[in-house]
Formats: sequence, C-alpha cells, structure tokens
Amino acid sequence: MNEFLPNFLPQLTQQLINGLSLGSIYALIAIGYTMVYGIIGMINFAHGEIYMIGAYVGVVTLTALGAASGTLPLTLVLAGALVAAIVVTAAYGWTVERVAYRPLRGGPRLVPLISAIGMSIFLQNYVQLGQGARDVSVPPLLPGNLFSVEIGGFPVSLSVTRALIIGVTVVLMIALTLYIGRSRMGRACRACSEDMGMARLLGIDTDRVISFTFVLGAALAAVGGVLIGLSIGKINPFIGFVVGVKAFTAAVLGGIGSIPGAMLGGVLLGLTETFASAFLPTEYKDVVAFSLLVLVLLFRPTGLLGKPDIEKV
Amino acid sequence: MSAGAASAASPARSAPLLTVEGLQMRFGGLLAVDGIGFEVGRGEIFAIIGPNGAGKTTVFNCVSGFYRPSGGSIRLDGSEIAGRPGHRIARAGVVRTFQNIRLFRKMTAVENLLVAQHNQLDTSWLSGLLALPRFRRAEREGLARAAFWLEQVGLRAHANFEAGNLSYGQQRRLEIARCMITRPRLLLLDEPAAGLNPQETRELDQLIRRLRDEHEVSVLLIEHDMSLVMEISDRILVMEYGRPIGAGTPAEVRANPRVIKAYLGEE
Repeated sequence: MNEFLPNFLPQLTQQLINGLSLGSIYALIAIGYTMVYGIIGMINFAHGEIYMIGAYVGVVTLTALGAASGTLPLTLVLAGALVAAIVVTAAYGWTVERVAYRPLRGGPRLVPLISAIGMSIFLQNYVQLGQGARDVSVPPLLPGNLFSVEIGGFPVSLSVTRALIIGVTVVLMIALTLYIGRSRMGRACRACSEDMGMARLLGIDTDRVISFTFVLGAALAAVGGVLIGLSIGKINPFIGFVVGVKAFTAAVLGGIGSIPGAMLGGVLLGLTETFASAFLPTEYKDVVAFSLLVLVLLFRPTGLLGKPDIEKV
Repeated sequence: MSAGAASAASPARSAPLLTVEGLQMRFGGLLAVDGIGFEVGRGEIFAIIGPNGAGKTTVFNCVSGFYRPSGGSIRLDGSEIAGRPGHRIARAGVVRTFQNIRLFRKMTAVENLLVAQHNQLDTSWLSGLLALPRFRRAEREGLARAAFWLEQVGLRAHANFEAGNLSYGQQRRLEIARCMITRPRLLLLDEPAAGLNPQETRELDQLIRRLRDEHEVSVLLIEHDMSLVMEISDRILVMEYGRPIGAGTPAEVRANPRVIKAYLGEE
C-alpha cells in the first residue's frame, strides 16, 4: 500500500473484478432469501446451510468426475457438478419447507423461525457427521487466467474461475428475470407475493408456489456453492453461516422481497467488501460491509429497490 | 346451454342455480345473519339490499366460502357448498369481486387476467421452460381470452398498465373481467357501483346486463345505489339487522311498507 498512487488504477480494476465475482455469489444466494420472504414473509434461516450443501455436492461430484478427468472433457465435469448440485440441493430446499415451514403455517411467526434455525443446526451437524468437520479441498480444475494485462506496469488479471463465476451468474440472472416476468409460474409467484389469499381464490395452488420458491432459491444457492468451492479451493461444514448472513445482508440492502434488489445488493456488498479489504486492514472488511447495511437501514429502511408496503398490515 | 334446451322440460333448467336456506352466521354472541333464504335462478340478476350493517356482506362471505356458516344450507346446482373452502367454491363456478378492490396492483391489466387463467393454462413447467408448441399455443389462447375480456370491459388500450395505476372505475371493470375469464356460473358483485360517478354507473349497468345476456352467468349483487339495483335486478331481497324483511321484483319491493320504513324511517 506504500506505492498507493501509481498502483491505484490497476489496483482498482483488479478489485473491481474480485468484487464482482464475490458479489455474484452473494447475489445468487440472496435471491433465495428474498423470494421466500416475498412469498411467505419469513426469512429462511436454513438457507446458508443449503448453500453449504450445494458446495459439498459440487465437491463430491467434481472429485468423482475429476478422477476420470483424463477421459472426460473439463466442461462436462463442470456441468455434471453443477447439475448434480442443483438437483440434490433443490431436494434439500424442498424438504426444508416441508419439514420446517409447512406444518407450522398459520402459527405465530416466531415458530417457523425457530424451526428453521433448528433445521440449520441439524444440517450443519449432519454434513459434519457425513463428511467430517475438517476442510475438504476442491480439485483445482480451472487454473490460470482468462487474460492478464499490465496497466502502468502492474498486472491485472481475470482468472478463469472468476470469469466463470461472473458469466454463470449473469446468465442465471437474465434467465431468472425472464422466467419470473414471463412464465406462468413466474406470474403465479408475483401474484402470491402480492395477495396470497386472492391467488388461492383464483385457483392457484399456493402450496406449490411456496415449494417452488424454496426449490428455486436452493438451486441458485447450489450454483453459488459450487462456484465458491472452485474459487476458494476448500470448504467445510461451517461456511454456510457467514456467507448466509452476508447474503441475507445483501437481500436487505437491495430491499428484501425484490429480486433485482437482491442482485444489486449482492454485487454492491461484494464490491464494498473487496474494496474494504484492499484499502483497509483485511479484518475491517466485515465492519465496512455491515456498516453499509446499518447506513442503508437508517436512511432507507426498505432497502435500495424495496418499496414501502403501505397496504400490508 | 342453448335456447333449445329450454323447450325440453329438463328439471336442471328450471331448478335454481343457487339455493340458500335458513342461513345463519353467528360471531360470538352476535347473530349477524339469521334465517336468510333465497334462490338465484339461471340467468337471473338477483340483488340483496339493506341498510349498513344489515349483514349483506356476511351472506356474501358465506356463499363464497370466506366464512363457514353457523347454520343453514347453501346449494349450488343441488350440491351443498356451505363451509367448503373458498378456492373449491371458486372452482365450482362461484366467483366474487370485493368492496375494496383486490387486484394484483403491481401486475399489468393483462397479467391480472392471465393469472386468473392459471389452471386453464395448465401446462407443465418443463414444456414452459422449453417453450414447446403446446405451451406456446396455450399461452396464445390465454392471451386471446385476456384480450377479449379487456375489450368487453373497455380496457383494451390499458392492457399494459399496472392495475394499481388504473382509475377506480377501470379497476372495478378489470376485477369483473378477472372473474368472468374463469367462466363462472354465478358472479357475486359486492357493491360494484361504490365510488363510481353516474356515467360510470350507467356503463356498469350495461356491462352487467351484457354479461348475463351474452355469457350465461347469473349475478348476485349487493348494492347501495338504488338506481342501479332497481334498474337491472330481476328480484331483490331486502335485509335489516340480519333478517329478511321483504323480497320480490323491484316494483314489489318499492311498494313494501316494511322496506320503506327501513330505508326512509318512520313518521
């Protein structure tokens, strides 16, 4: 940091890339929080664990397929890991709703909250029992940089992994926006989030819509889990907690209940954190990230893209 | 359903569509509705009137499944519907509007009509994801029906407006269109003229008649606006304090001394 000035431009560019890739992961997970909240008005506290399970399924599949990587093309290995993680994790998301939320629907709001926290503790220990508590390393499948340039004598690079994270996230975000905006199920989701009783009256199977949001949120979190495994190189059963809290922060930052808000909040939080750890002592990155949340909540309690809900009591 | 069916003496044709008998609704110690009975015939426009707090909306909520009645029976086409959940009653062909309009305000007018067809557009998510021809055809038909009903209620030009941004009268008509697109047999209208100006009320009057005449729907409505009720109703039930105080054609009701007393007070 002593060569701050000449270093500034490349540093800025590099941190922008890093921040975008971290923010992409947050955004993928934040969507699960925001969609569930938008429909049932409750926070899914087991969502961080769902992400962790996604990461584990990804690693197991990558390792299994990676052993055969001499014969299998790399893209196939990656695609296989992503699909496996999505399918298995979506099943977990569905189960969380069935076990921790549906039987308690109609009860006081605190009750499903507590059962979801219980679910989160259960899942963490369940993975610990099955996979061990120690770090599991992810086979380095994507070494190297997509490109590396020198700006003012300093290198700026975009690694293949980061490019993959950003690319996959952008594609998924566009697909999700189209799906929610245009499809029959997307319409049903939006209708349920506005007036669940009316949606039911019009013949929409609201239980199915609720299940769908848990499944979709889990699938996106699973993608986030696989990608972070590839990028950091190791995972453990406890990664769900901090990332879960961060993604939740991102959802609140963008305006909980708003899908574009979750995307924006995730990217913003990722950038803030990366820049904070680049220009301040690294330990301060969480302080800065959560200070941002406090500021937004003080001056704009509904989040950046959230609209104040006047009608709901 | 054609006119020819009427000449054959089919009992289903002459039997009333909705039969309410001895309806009772108790909230704690308060008997909000007591001993209400009436029949709505096929193709009939039937109105329930009465002073504020007479229990009209309570009757509505019982018929549409929002309340489980404390007593009595409600039969649709001969089968008992009292106490069934609202979405089942809706699927049986009884749909309603609300005093305070309940549209999906953040969705466009046409989307409101597409959501109402959710089950008619029953295509699997997979065929939707892959945009199979079957899915696209179903979507196209759904859109065509939505366009038809927007036309019917005069909102074609507002198809892509958010429902919350439409005027009050337009929102009322959109809510009626949203009901009609589900092809109901019985349409329940809860104070449809509330908050409308005389011009809009006249348009509503024509719209309700047209729905009955062209779309084979029976109408049960609650209304304060006497001009609308007297104009379009075939028969009227008058309620006061949860009990019936008179029934008959508009002319009969107008001449009924108890009704006059309830509405105009006593000397």
